[in-house]
Amino acid sequence: MTQIFHKGFNTLSKASIVVGGLAAVTLLAAVLASNRTPYISLVDVSREQPVPFSHKHHVGGMGIDCRYCHTSVEESAQASIPTTKTCMTCHSMIWTNAAMLEPIRQSYQSDRSIEWLKVHDLPDFAYFNHSIHIKQGVGCQTCHGQVDQMPLMMRKNTLNMEWCLSCHREPEKYLRPREQVFNMNWDIHTDPATQGKTQEQLGAELVTLYNVQKLTNCSTCHR
Amino acid sequence: MSETTPVAMPHEALQSLADKSGRKYWRSLDELSRDAEFSAQLTDHVRREFPSQVEMLADPVQRRTFLQLMGASLALAGISSCTRQPDEHILPYAKSPESMIPGKPLYFATAMPWSSGAIGLLVESHMGRPTKCEGNPEHAGSRGATDLFSQASVLDLYDPDRSTTIVHNGQLSTWDQLTTTLGPDLEAQKLKRGAGVRILSSCVNSPSLAAQMVDVLTQFPRARWIQCDPVSRDNQRMGALLAFAEDVAPRFDLSKAEVIVTLESDLLADGPHAVRHARAWADRRRDPSKFNRLYCVESTPTGTGTMADHRLALAPSEIERVARAIAQAVGVDVGAAGGAQLGGEVSSWVANLVKDLKAQAGKSLVVAGEPLSAQVHALVNAINDKLHNVGATLEYAEPAAPVSIEQQAGLVQLAQEMSRGEVEMLIIIDANPVYDAPADLEFVAAMQKVPMRIHYGLREDETGWLCNWHIPATHYLEMWSDARAFDGTLSIVQPLIAPLYGAKSVHEFVSVLAGHAGISGYDTVREFWKAKLGAPADFEKRWQRALHDGLLADSGLPARAVTLKRFDAGAAPTIQTGELELALRPDPSLFDGRFANNGWLQEVPKPLSKLTWDNALYLNIDDAKRFDVKSGQVVELTHLGRKLKVAAWIQPGQAHGAATLHLGFGRTRAGRNGNGTGFNAYALRTSTALWGGAATIAKTGETYLLACAQEHHDMNEQGYARDLIRETTPAEFARGEYGAPAEHAGHEPAVAVSKGHDTGHGEKPAHAEGALITQYDSYKYEGYAWGMVIDLSTCTGCNACVVACVAENNIPIVGKEQVHRGRELHWIRIDRYFTGAKNNPGIVFQPIVCMQCENAPCEVVCPVGATSHGNEGLNEMVYNRCVGTKYCSNNCPYKVRRFNFLLYSDWSTPSLKLQRNPDVSVRSRGVMEKCTYCVQRISQARIDAKREDRRIRDGEVQTACQQVCPAQAITFGDINDKTSIVHAQKKQPHNYGLLTELNTAPRTTYLSRVSNPNPEMGA
Repeated sequence: MTQIFHKGFNTLSKASIVVGGLAAVTLLAAVLASNRTPYISLVDVSREQPVPFSHKHHVGGMGIDCRYCHTSVEESAQASIPTTKTCMTCHSMIWTNAAMLEPIRQSYQSDRSIEWLKVHDLPDFAYFNHSIHIKQGVGCQTCHGQVDQMPLMMRKNTLNMEWCLSCHREPEKYLRPREQVFNMNWDIHTDPATQGKTQEQLGAELVTLYNVQKLTNCSTCHR
Repeated sequence: MSETTPVAMPHEALQSLADKSGRKYWRSLDELSRDAEFSAQLTDHVRREFPSQVEMLADPVQRRTFLQLMGASLALAGISSCTRQPDEHILPYAKSPESMIPGKPLYFATAMPWSSGAIGLLVESHMGRPTKCEGNPEHAGSRGATDLFSQASVLDLYDPDRSTTIVHNGQLSTWDQLTTTLGPDLEAQKLKRGAGVRILSSCVNSPSLAAQMVDVLTQFPRARWIQCDPVSRDNQRMGALLAFAEDVAPRFDLSKAEVIVTLESDLLADGPHAVRHARAWADRRRDPSKFNRLYCVESTPTGTGTMADHRLALAPSEIERVARAIAQAVGVDVGAAGGAQLGGEVSSWVANLVKDLKAQAGKSLVVAGEPLSAQVHALVNAINDKLHNVGATLEYAEPAAPVSIEQQAGLVQLAQEMSRGEVEMLIIIDANPVYDAPADLEFVAAMQKVPMRIHYGLREDETGWLCNWHIPATHYLEMWSDARAFDGTLSIVQPLIAPLYGAKSVHEFVSVLAGHAGISGYDTVREFWKAKLGAPADFEKRWQRALHDGLLADSGLPARAVTLKRFDAGAAPTIQTGELELALRPDPSLFDGRFANNGWLQEVPKPLSKLTWDNALYLNIDDAKRFDVKSGQVVELTHLGRKLKVAAWIQPGQAHGAATLHLGFGRTRAGRNGNGTGFNAYALRTSTALWGGAATIAKTGETYLLACAQEHHDMNEQGYARDLIRETTPAEFARGEYGAPAEHAGHEPAVAVSKGHDTGHGEKPAHAEGALITQYDSYKYEGYAWGMVIDLSTCTGCNACVVACVAENNIPIVGKEQVHRGRELHWIRIDRYFTGAKNNPGIVFQPIVCMQCENAPCEVVCPVGATSHGNEGLNEMVYNRCVGTKYCSNNCPYKVRRFNFLLYSDWSTPSLKLQRNPDVSVRSRGVMEKCTYCVQRISQARIDAKREDRRIRDGEVQTACQQVCPAQAITFGDINDKTSIVHAQKKQPHNYGLLTELNTAPRTTYLSRVSNPNPEMGA
């Protein structure tokens, strides 16, 4: 009876084990890496909205404070998207005929909501609360990026759990004084109050001062 | 032993138990017999863990297929994690409503109307969606707690089976068509002074609606308005009329009563009054030096009976004899034939009771339940009068219902008029007589002789289906109205949401009848109170205040002085021998059937039988033996010539000779949940014997599947009874005996662990003698350490906590078949243990939540880290991480983990989505879930406290079960806080943990049940 397989198949089969193993590892690595690509995380991808609202113009240009529109950010889980009426406080007087603002006027007249696309969208099983982060000295800019430079809103961070945990484990690396939370351009080195300190030094002081806990219990966010 | 009949046991085994006292505490007769037989077979063990899955586990093909599917889905699950999230939209308001902050709930005061007294509520609203009812702490009828019906009522609002449009002879119609069509008909009737008009409603509790009805009647002077509920207060009313010649209702103050006697009355757990009664009673039950004593005579065990220090199970006719004997003994004039001679044991029992009553004259209270006759109610009024209790432990006042009438008599007259063809227009408001009228009235046949039938109700139910017009009603959370509490305190019912289906409120509907179409319910109610209060200048201010507080201050009905009249007490009933006495009673979960389509209430295990989704004929063990009937067998029940096939259920604690059947089941047009569950007891009900009477049963040879949760989640080991329940008395308490078994005395294992912080067990040093050692590293809980104490002395088993937990934590219902498989998802269960003689056992309730063990056995076995320990001692569960191995549940000695075997949550019905609590995940299939001490509430409180730079205050976080408990049996808080109530409770000498011998160090502990038996009567 002749052999079915040639002797060379021995080498081939051994090699296939190695190659197969490598392929599996590569595949896994690719899957994990793909989770961090902008395709999945949408980092730096600007999204189309019903009205091309520019934070760059309103925040950077006009200097409007975050809280003028995001009214509940200091007291609620949600920062809240402003009502159409908030837009109309100004736009009933300026740019009243701009075609770009037609959906705003429509919404105001018909009392129907504008459907904004959610840019910073956490999974529904993660419960995030804006108010406590504001209170503990996490700047808007720390998570949302340099909003005053964005013509259209985009994510600057992945919003992955590892990203959340990077701060929950070491909050001192990210905290800033409470009074600078809404400042888009705060710089530890130019702020006279913090000049000369490193972020770690300042962060450690603030952790004590603000009684910041390193909340890494699962139930902090998941329930 | 068959699988389909959960408790089917040979009578020989029962007999053997009659003689020996096997284990001390048992949950079912089946369990007791198995112990007696000492069977230790594997299948038996499997059955106890997975009651109905023995065949599934033993089937290799099923198991293999399962593993294959599991393997494939695991592989695919990995890839699914890198999909992009679907886009979501945000829809902000165009114009923001007042005081609405997105992400924060608002609370509005309102009241749940109920014929015998409304319950004041604070309803939680998320962005305009009412999601949960809490008791209004300011309200006399609730004091911050509620019953299970108020908790479940929010689901009724979103019930997808509510009717959505007006139906006219089977065709869709509109409100305008209704008013235009009805107009000429009403005008025609006006010419006849309304001679052909009859209005049938459920008992109206709203003063403004009653005024509107009176207005209608002035326009139609010869019309009649009948109020009738299947469970009314007719006997109580007639009893008061007999005794005082006045229509007054008694109001009890249990806090002042030293001795309480209830006769066939579920004083602590039935009806809206029970919330207040349970609170007042429980306040006397926390400190053994202030204890009152409760005697209870009842035919079928109830929550009140389980709490009694002395419980006597008697058939209803014998209870009447007991009432008469008590009256005689305290010196009430019962007339020549009104007394009763009692036999043997009962006689001495009653003699002791009477002695106690007399000793505490002026501080005692006797209460009769509605099923007892009017004469007994009159006698009980006389007893309280004789004992000088009136003015002390009870007082009389006008009934809460503005127009109090004899309800059944009115319904009987209506049926007669209809069958004689005298009624031309029948208007039915919020009533369902086709289903719940007594069978002898032949209501359907009579009603069909009425040419114009109009039905106004939440659902197109049995009655609405047979009417020419069906008009959808508004739920009480959608309407303006008003309601009186049991003491008369007035609440304004304010809407939390606009009517979901554009329905008109009952005020608006009655306005049409009165010829004032177009007046809004808001205007009707407001103008009524404006006129009633004499249109004061500050009316607007008072109105706003009443809306805010949920009640109108000082609006209670004043007590009324009454004088006892001579009355004819009638004759004592004769005892029928050889036959059964049927007792028809309102159901502990569905009441009279109005809640039949409420899945939460259908699935709540009934307090005593632990049956779900069904009622059954409760039989005493000896009676079952006499008729050779086992649980789950169908019998034909004959009562006054009417027959009904019904499943039997052997109920320990059931009176000898009494067979109890609960009302409210067997509906045909309730909706998807209510149709076809259980047996319709109304088919047997007659207007002359509303609460039952002599009956016989005959075997049919059929069986019926009853889904019973009583043996699920057992904490005992086979053949070895664990120390789960502890009972003691004030005398023993004073001696330092707290009900621990003898081998535990002296060296108690630590309850809340010896890991550095105060265990609540005195200042016991770590690793003291008796403390168990562990291989795990110790952890010191700084900051908050959450803990709970449940007082077994005050838990009446009313199930309010179970429904509250369901509402708060988005717990889905699973259905009868799945409950039968042991897959119910309730995070809190109320274990019910019997003890002592099987025929008249003691009964103890024990609510079981997650123990939040400090050394949690579940955590170490999770392969994916889905359950872990928080630094505040919570045993946390991350649903989105769980892969469903169920190892944790397997390793949990308390059996508090629940697995979603199937996709139980309704993810498709739009209206049900509105009810969900947005702060808690809605779990999918394949996920383990469990009690988390309402971690969403803890998180919110932590954030609120931090934002104000303070610690969480004691009492700031209330778990849903704690908040709702009428008896305040549950205490929760930070056990590290030396000033907290829960810390004080943990320091109580009778505080104990369950299964502490396993060194789980549970954070949930229990206070031994302390009862206060009469020393002359023994335990």
